[in-house]
Amino acid sequence: MTAYFDNSATTKPCDEALAAARFAAEECWGNPSSLHSRGIEAAALLKKARRQVAALIGCPDDRFFFTSSGTTANNTAIFGVCERLKKRGRRIVTTAIEHPSVLEPMKRLQAQGFDVVFLSPGKDGAVSVEAFREAITPDTILVSCMAVNNEVGSVMPVAAVRDAIRDAGAPAVLHADCVQALGKIDVSPRALGADIITVSGHKIHALKGVGGLYLASDNLLHPYVLGGGQEKGVYSGTEPTPAIASFGAAAEAARDLSGNAAKVAAMKARFLDAVRELPCVRVNSADSALPYIVNLSVLGLPSQPLVNALSERGVCVSAGSACKAGRRSHVLTAMDLPPAIIDSAVRVSFSRLNTGAEVDALIAAFCEVAAKYGKK
Amino acid sequence: MKEIILLKDGELALKGLNRNSFEDILLKNIKYRLRACGKFRMVRGQSTVTLIPDEGADVTAACDELSRVFGIAAYSRCAVAPKDLGAILELAPVYLAETLRRAKTFKVEAKRSDKRFPYTSPQISAEVGGKLLQSFPHLRVDVHDPDVTVTVEIREDAYIHGNQCKGAGGMPVGSSGKAMLLISGGIDSPVAGYMMAKRGLELHAVHFASPPYTSLLAEEKVHDLLTKVARYSGRIRLHTVPFTEIQEAIRDTCPEDYATVVMRRFMMRVASRLAAQNDCHALITGESVAQVASQTMWAIGCTDAVAELPVFRPCVGLDKEEIITVARKIETFDISVRPFEDCCTVFTPKHPRTRPHLDEMPAAENGLDIDALCERAVAGVKLLTISAGGVNDD
Repeated sequence: MTAYFDNSATTKPCDEALAAARFAAEECWGNPSSLHSRGIEAAALLKKARRQVAALIGCPDDRFFFTSSGTTANNTAIFGVCERLKKRGRRIVTTAIEHPSVLEPMKRLQAQGFDVVFLSPGKDGAVSVEAFREAITPDTILVSCMAVNNEVGSVMPVAAVRDAIRDAGAPAVLHADCVQALGKIDVSPRALGADIITVSGHKIHALKGVGGLYLASDNLLHPYVLGGGQEKGVYSGTEPTPAIASFGAAAEAARDLSGNAAKVAAMKARFLDAVRELPCVRVNSADSALPYIVNLSVLGLPSQPLVNALSERGVCVSAGSACKAGRRSHVLTAMDLPPAIIDSAVRVSFSRLNTGAEVDALIAAFCEVAAKYGKK
Repeated sequence: MKEIILLKDGELALKGLNRNSFEDILLKNIKYRLRACGKFRMVRGQSTVTLIPDEGADVTAACDELSRVFGIAAYSRCAVAPKDLGAILELAPVYLAETLRRAKTFKVEAKRSDKRFPYTSPQISAEVGGKLLQSFPHLRVDVHDPDVTVTVEIREDAYIHGNQCKGAGGMPVGSSGKAMLLISGGIDSPVAGYMMAKRGLELHAVHFASPPYTSLLAEEKVHDLLTKVARYSGRIRLHTVPFTEIQEAIRDTCPEDYATVVMRRFMMRVASRLAAQNDCHALITGESVAQVASQTMWAIGCTDAVAELPVFRPCVGLDKEEIITVARKIETFDISVRPFEDCCTVFTPKHPRTRPHLDEMPAAENGLDIDALCERAVAGVKLLTISAGGVNDD
């Protein structure tokens, strides 16, 4: 048995997602833009998936657009907004702990002459509202803030940032990267106040190859992938209907946010109760973090050997985030943790589909490895 | 149009009585390396080998392979014409059109080993040169420093070719025996392996793996590196040694500042044993003096003392930049810089001794059951064969 606890990297496609993808690939493989019956079927399938994903986000169907990943959604949002608003101001505010698919576009914009501010988090891994209030000026055109951090699970004050933008009198568009938050907390425009919400399918048990973004209104951004004008021109390219159908089905299966959170919180509590006893273990995620993600260190054992040792015992966890294997975590560095803690940190990320037996395996393997290799 | 490939021996030609056996090895190596390019007939001449492709053989792919075969100083891809001046004059401008269109200056050299051919070498050069000038009016003749030297060789047939390509040089792999390369996953050791294969050594390799401290990805990295080296050296036998027990024993027993040198001594001991078992008569490492703490003259002295065989260190006098230049050429650099922990980095002490002395080694290794540890490591070896095409389980 493999006990998979790297659900923030990707998740196992759920049965509903696989069935929907299979149906789309076998029975409904037309091009949704075609005018004949095959095309009309595919367009209907696309419409259904759009409704399902929009329902999980809590936004109107016609304001949600599919892209090919969370990364392309973030790039579309960031470059698109700045291209559109570059004449209104040059300032962009974001955080130092965003995903690389936000940080790298920001660095590109910085090189192009935009004034980009990267806010640092506090000890809890979240950036304070005060920090945003200080940074947002009347000429700020974009504020980009993740809803939940992918490495430590900290929840960011997105809704309060909305107020900060209003109080500063800035024209800024508020972008919330909700790739890690979707299906875990309420990410609706009503709850977060965001103008743009970006999401990804494979983090919620859909297939890889699909993401998307909610746009509060038309003309928020200049599209940068041009072509056949699919997705109302926001993101051109023939829609990957099997992946999109799986996203829809997975979104529908993930609707019980509070039930799932309670289930996962119980798993996390059981795990932490067991490992907190060990003298070499330090939990880096704050108590206020979401139960889905726990970052912790085994003193004396660097991250990669820890991952290897758990993997040998059939347990999959991640050293930091899988997207940047081999480099020191920029999130934990920004949280100002000591190097010894950062270099031995791993991320355990849960899903509602994990079982009790898997948690048993996680606890057993973690305790054995920590006892064998951790600092005595 | 019929083509052949002409090979020029390198250093081989300078050898005395062993030359024939060296040439046998070279031909065997060439045959092995060209096995995926179709069939070629090989004809030996004086310090040259002619490769004549059968129908359907891939001459372009063969030339690419030959550029990495040690023992070949240079090679030329030639068009074959009948031994008739008219035929040569007709073929030369067609065959060399692409090359000459890009050149500004040229000259023609003729070599007549068949003296029955009715034109002398200078006459052939003049005729062919005249014809090429007529076909490519933009060209100028420059006999001292031409962009292209067109060569016409009159042998069994007439061979026409442009500039000859530089071969990999060195001695045929296997002509100097076998040696055991210690490979870590870093930049230097694949370069060292390449350099010694160039001197005619057939390679075995030994890698020390310390799971879980090192990951399977680190082993895969070594496989990928050796796959690149094998493009030059031919097949490599890889011995992967379980090294965790030794690493942990050192950590628990040795003074921390001696841990690195003691570890290197263990590697030498295990490698020496494996070498003896596999008919290897030297060890090869990527060490370069003063590059890191374990590679000072004193540290090398301490590790050398336990090696039971000569240790070849072809990088010893090279700067990092020089090593990287070779690593880029043989395409190992991008693999070496992948960020996985390898066995050299996990147990690195904060302040290793840079000037350890041999007299201090018994004390540093006190409490370690050296023979038993080495024996268990050797007994646990996993064996793989790696060729340019990838990895094969044994």
